[in-house]
Amino acid sequence: MTDATANGKPQMLTTADGKPLKEALKRAQARARRKAFLLVLPLLAFILITFVTPIAQMLHQSVYNEGFVMHEDIGTRTRTPIMTNIKAWFDGNSAGTEPDEAAFAALHQDFLLLRELRAPGQVGTRVNYERGGSRSMFTKAARSAERMEPPYREAFLDVDEEWTDPELWRVMRDASSAYTFNFYLAALDRTKNVDGEIVSVDQNRQIYIKLFTRTLFLSVLITFLTFLLAYPIAHLLATLPLRYSNLLMIFVLLPFWTSLLVRTTSWMVLLQSQGVVNDALVGMGILGDENRLQMMYNQIGTVVAMTHILLPFMVLPLYSVMRPINPSYVRAARSLGATSWTAFRRIYFPQTVPGIGAGALLVFILAVGYYITPALVGGADGQLISNLIAFHMQNSLNWSLAAALAALLLAGILILYWLYDRLIGIDNLKLG
Amino acid sequence: MALPNHASTLERVWHYAYLVICGLIFLFLIAPILVVIPLSFNIEPYFTFTEKMLKLDPTGYSLRWYDLLLTFGMLEPDAPRDASWWADAWANANWINAAKNSIIIGFFSTIIATGLGTVAALGLSRPEMPWRRAIMATLISPMIVPIIIVATGLFFFYSRIGIQDWGIPYLGVVLAHATLGIPFVIITVTATLVGFDHSLTRAAANLGADPVTTFRRVQMPLILPGVISGALFAFVTSFDEVVVVLFVGGLDEQTIPRQMWNGIREQISPAILSVATILVVISILLLTTVELLRRRSERLRGLSPG
Repeated sequence: MTDATANGKPQMLTTADGKPLKEALKRAQARARRKAFLLVLPLLAFILITFVTPIAQMLHQSVYNEGFVMHEDIGTRTRTPIMTNIKAWFDGNSAGTEPDEAAFAALHQDFLLLRELRAPGQVGTRVNYERGGSRSMFTKAARSAERMEPPYREAFLDVDEEWTDPELWRVMRDASSAYTFNFYLAALDRTKNVDGEIVSVDQNRQIYIKLFTRTLFLSVLITFLTFLLAYPIAHLLATLPLRYSNLLMIFVLLPFWTSLLVRTTSWMVLLQSQGVVNDALVGMGILGDENRLQMMYNQIGTVVAMTHILLPFMVLPLYSVMRPINPSYVRAARSLGATSWTAFRRIYFPQTVPGIGAGALLVFILAVGYYITPALVGGADGQLISNLIAFHMQNSLNWSLAAALAALLLAGILILYWLYDRLIGIDNLKLG
Repeated sequence: MALPNHASTLERVWHYAYLVICGLIFLFLIAPILVVIPLSFNIEPYFTFTEKMLKLDPTGYSLRWYDLLLTFGMLEPDAPRDASWWADAWANANWINAAKNSIIIGFFSTIIATGLGTVAALGLSRPEMPWRRAIMATLISPMIVPIIIVATGLFFFYSRIGIQDWGIPYLGVVLAHATLGIPFVIITVTATLVGFDHSLTRAAANLGADPVTTFRRVQMPLILPGVISGALFAFVTSFDEVVVVLFVGGLDEQTIPRQMWNGIREQISPAILSVATILVVISILLLTTVELLRRRSERLRGLSPG
């Protein structure tokens, strides 16, 4: 600044072509920022299309189900609104109104259309999600819709006397608008009663909360086990000379590079009741041939295999924190009179806490969403929440419930991911 | 790790106990992977070591499960093994077709992931990159979000846009696998760019090189090891991925993991173990390559301790 104020009064610094320097600098920086951003843009656009949009679509599916309001022809893809008459009746009458003759007449009109479109199964399925046994009522009613004569109330009751069930009408009223939060309620073991209040479902039908709890419990257990196993070997790797530790590192990295299915298969081979571990135990006379251990198709299988698979994710962050720790700190503590245990507890361990945090968070995040291993070795009680999502996607075909469960899982994961980014930073993620 | 002379007896005992514990943990890590290799040569259809195998009797071992990999799905597996037999295997054997599909899908998804990922990593490691943190978190998220959620989302998305009707085989799976591979490319390439001296590019520009030449002659040689290991990671991710293929892949898009998955779920036979053995050998090769690349990169950037 001394040059600029040489004549005693402030003078604007300029570039060679006479522009103020400040502005030129600002422009140059903006250009550099734009350039950097343009390099990232193609990938960002790609991720938005192939990753963010699908997940947004899934979130939409979790609050939107048009099974009761819209029919789409598979061949021609023409979309026809359905159940419009009963929707109009619902709009004209408040919740909890006893369905009158007008309501059943409207329903009859709608069933005639359903029969034409061959859609009663779709509508029945939608109602069936929230009230079991409804699908057959809809298909039966549609079959006899053409023969029905007024009064329609009696005609419907002739087909099935549950047609006046207030629960059924509550569900139909909710389903008549495509947007609903009922799938989230179902995913949390809640439902609405006849008056539209939110209540817990029957004790023996509560599965999802239990499964979320089990997923959390097993993930914590697996995280703890990986920590227990990873800490000693990470310490050994970090204190050995690089020549040896690089060799031993292969033991950690080879599982990391081996196919997940291969590792799961290996565990099936080892843990089967006719497998290697049981055979070895029987061969050594520790176990009798008749009481072989059941270690697969239950929680033990899931826990053992997942601990093995996730172990490298704990070892690597621990190792990268332990490597730079200066051994003279512990030596200093020892020379000041600390026992080796105190030196470890007070000096060494606190320095490794960041690595423990990074590894534990990473392992936990990965464990909570695990699917393949529990599906193959988990049996019935080793299943995690992901397996239930897959079940609703592929078997029960209740896609909105699957999407709601997935959305809850995703929310939990994203919170942990945010925490990870805050505490450790995504940049510090290392692979080998 | 050597024990000092003044160590007490208790410390000595603990030291050796510690080494034994570490040895057991290393065994826990590696044994499950290696145990499938000898078992895949079992002559019996069991998953355990027979008495003959333990005595190293050659008659206890055979290549029958490897042979089954070739013949399974063939039209005439028992014909004499001449050129037409091999042609039949190449065209019809299930595992060979699965391998072909896996390689095609892996190849294209790796190209997409590596290309886009490398360019983006260059931008991300520039000091003037805006919203760096948020963008980085978004780009890494496919690695963190559970695969079942990705598969569910893609299932809805693809059926909405009707990607099957576009007539491009494998397109849906390739795009999904590219997405899953991108975080690995970003991580490995940005790792090689850590500490990259940006005055090098300015110097190149100063000496009259255009940006493309600068990239080719200055940056590329430095980041190449990272790019290659990122590409290998992306390829392995695709080669190993089964859930997305199950959810959005067409019926004819059988890949090796999908075939394995079906094999394990239905009737697990030692043929699965021979596939597993082949995959273990491949992963050993890949690991060696990546290790060599990493050392080369560290040497190039002067980070290696020697």
